[in-house]
Amino acid sequence: MAHAYVPEIATDRDGNEHEVQGWQDDLYGAKLGFWLFMFTEVLMFGAMFLSLSYYFTLHHQDFIDASATLNRLLGGTNTVILLFSALTMGLGLLKMKHGDIKGAKLMIWATILLALVFLGIKAVEWTAEYHHGVFLGLPALQPGSDLSKPLGQILFFGMYFTMTGIHGFHIILGIGIMLWLLKRINSGKVSPKHYILHFNIALYWDLVHLIWVFVFPYFYMIGAGDVAGGIVHGH
Amino acid sequence: MSKTYFDETHCAIGHPKSTFMQWMLTVDHKRIGLMYAAVMFTFFFIAVATAFLMRLELYAPGAQFIDGDTFNQAFTLHGVIMIFLFIVPGIPAIFGNIVMPLMIGAKDVSFPRLNWFTFWLYILGCIIAVASLWVGNGFADTGWTFYAPYSLNTGTNVIFTLVAAFILGMASILTGLNFLVTIHRLRAPGMTFFKMPLFVWGIYSTAWIQLLATPVVGITLILAILEKYFGIGIFDPAKGGDPVLFEHLFWIYSHPAVYLMILPAFGIMSEIIPVFSRREIFGYRTIALSSASIAGIGYLVWGHHLYTSGMADIAKVVFSFLTFFVAVPTGIKFYDWIATMYKGKIVLSTPMLWALGTIITFAIGGLTGVTIAMVGVDIHLQDTYYTVAHFHYAMLGGVVFLLFAGMHYWFPLVTGKMYNETKAKMAFGLVFVGFNVLWFPMFIAGYLGMPRRYFDYLPEFQIYHQISFWGAVIFIIGLVSMFTVLIQGWRKGKDAGLNPWHATTLEWHMPTSPPPLENHAKVPYVDFRPYEYHHGEPVVKFDLQTMKRID
Repeated sequence: MAHAYVPEIATDRDGNEHEVQGWQDDLYGAKLGFWLFMFTEVLMFGAMFLSLSYYFTLHHQDFIDASATLNRLLGGTNTVILLFSALTMGLGLLKMKHGDIKGAKLMIWATILLALVFLGIKAVEWTAEYHHGVFLGLPALQPGSDLSKPLGQILFFGMYFTMTGIHGFHIILGIGIMLWLLKRINSGKVSPKHYILHFNIALYWDLVHLIWVFVFPYFYMIGAGDVAGGIVHGH
Repeated sequence: MSKTYFDETHCAIGHPKSTFMQWMLTVDHKRIGLMYAAVMFTFFFIAVATAFLMRLELYAPGAQFIDGDTFNQAFTLHGVIMIFLFIVPGIPAIFGNIVMPLMIGAKDVSFPRLNWFTFWLYILGCIIAVASLWVGNGFADTGWTFYAPYSLNTGTNVIFTLVAAFILGMASILTGLNFLVTIHRLRAPGMTFFKMPLFVWGIYSTAWIQLLATPVVGITLILAILEKYFGIGIFDPAKGGDPVLFEHLFWIYSHPAVYLMILPAFGIMSEIIPVFSRREIFGYRTIALSSASIAGIGYLVWGHHLYTSGMADIAKVVFSFLTFFVAVPTGIKFYDWIATMYKGKIVLSTPMLWALGTIITFAIGGLTGVTIAMVGVDIHLQDTYYTVAHFHYAMLGGVVFLLFAGMHYWFPLVTGKMYNETKAKMAFGLVFVGFNVLWFPMFIAGYLGMPRRYFDYLPEFQIYHQISFWGAVIFIIGLVSMFTVLIQGWRKGKDAGLNPWHATTLEWHMPTSPPPLENHAKVPYVDFRPYEYHHGEPVVKFDLQTMKRID
């Protein structure tokens, strides 16, 4: 804003003055708007979880068999990494609120780094699966050939690549908006007094990690109990 | 001569000199609303033309003008444009944008630049939706519902339509989000929720549906796209999927979506009825809360689209009961409107005629909806012309008629001019008669077994199709004359003055006509109910420059 926004005053019949809330400078409104946006994300993933749980009842054993082949060590590591990144993101917001801009930027960079590590591990997993012939478009996931997996497993892997893929897409978006946030901090547009962008991005990041907290057990853990002798490394 | 919103604007990026760029980059809610209107009505006429093509083809049994495949594409094009490009965004994007901020005394919506972005997102969606008419293997032939597995296997360009519907859905979500925050944050001081005009209540309820239902269909379309182009199995039974799951996910959005369409339309009705009865609305709170409860119950009724899909009997009974239940708040509104008119000073201006006409057509549309909510009757009538007639009586005879009512009502506000009332009433007469001649025979044809979406039919149905055809002719003549009257009014009409209808709500208390860039001269303090009349005269009067009450 080039010049400071001065709210208008409305006067009632008794002469009392009431400050008018404008669309400018509305911290609460910006928070509300972003919370509502988060609702839509929850519903999007909610619909996918709904489909997933429905198919789990339909193809119970296939889902458990397919889940058993996933790499729980890598998936679990990624879960921990995302939890840590949520911590760094939150700490960054606290530092921003308390005026420590340098510390806030450091924490955002740490979050970006963790997000990249997450994507790297994800890439390792997907590559390994690809080399095992399990990937979108490969014959194992198409019905009607010798290599085809059972229908339930095809569904499981279809949903697995879809949901981890869309989640990964959100991670990439998150990295993008964090870089944008750093730019805004550097140009002074996000500051300890106007930190709403930082606040909302932190909220976004929390949601992204929260979704993973549900994705992880639903894909990686449902098959864990069927494997005798503890951890079995997939692939 | 003071400046109006046609003379100056704020822009999303920079301060362009050219008028054209000022319109393209404008963040003013009134200009954005007008641009939505222009685009939507263009598409509306394309879809009307497509429908007329189908009527022409159905004038006699057998093939005359187009073949069966083209017919499939025609009804898909008609449905996709009417639903996703016109009626879903319709009233919120046009009048929600233009009028809602004025009604609550706000300077603009909460996120004006997001509003601008949303408009262009909508345009992008429109372009992608119609692009497949010229690109690739032809327009989708699946119907606007994209049911799996056919939509996954057809060779036509379903992907364009799916992507477009997703983008338009995002635009719809962002509009709803913007309006929700606006209504929560930017009401003038003193305006509590129960002092808001009822149109704002309609927009508010709608915004929740836009926000909470649209993501479900959005992700469903994404899943269908992924399934179609990456070969993963989600809905295709050949890959272990369940196509009925697609139908459920689709209708979890698309049934609330019909309430999303009708609630702001009911809001327009609730504005027009008290103004032209010169009487405070009867049962303000019940109307407001029934909007909210329709939005709530409307979530739980989607299963009535799937009675014939093999769902459990208990589920059918529950869905059937819930569907009856959603008719209750609608009925409450109808009684409230009629009770408002009782002992009022009724002024039969054009907006009121449209509103009264809608009471008739929507009553037919609504009650026939209750009949097909019954499980047994629905088994007989599912996918027949009866359903088509019901749907058009509710949507065209309800939503679009009220959109037209709103257009006539707010025309002087938006343009500052007045149209020719006599001609406008004649246009209403043509549309109303044509509409009934067009759709009423379909109830009978459908009851006797004429299936929907069929390109050919048995000779015994010919008479109904022929009556429908002539109804369509009258209807289209009416539509064209209505728009001609409005355009002529805008170009050559007399100045309307500030408050030609003697209305009470805040949008009619502008310092200039049409309104200036940042709306009211001052934000008023609202310590009154929205529709206060005494002996046929508005109670609350303002000094329009200081916005202080002078009554």
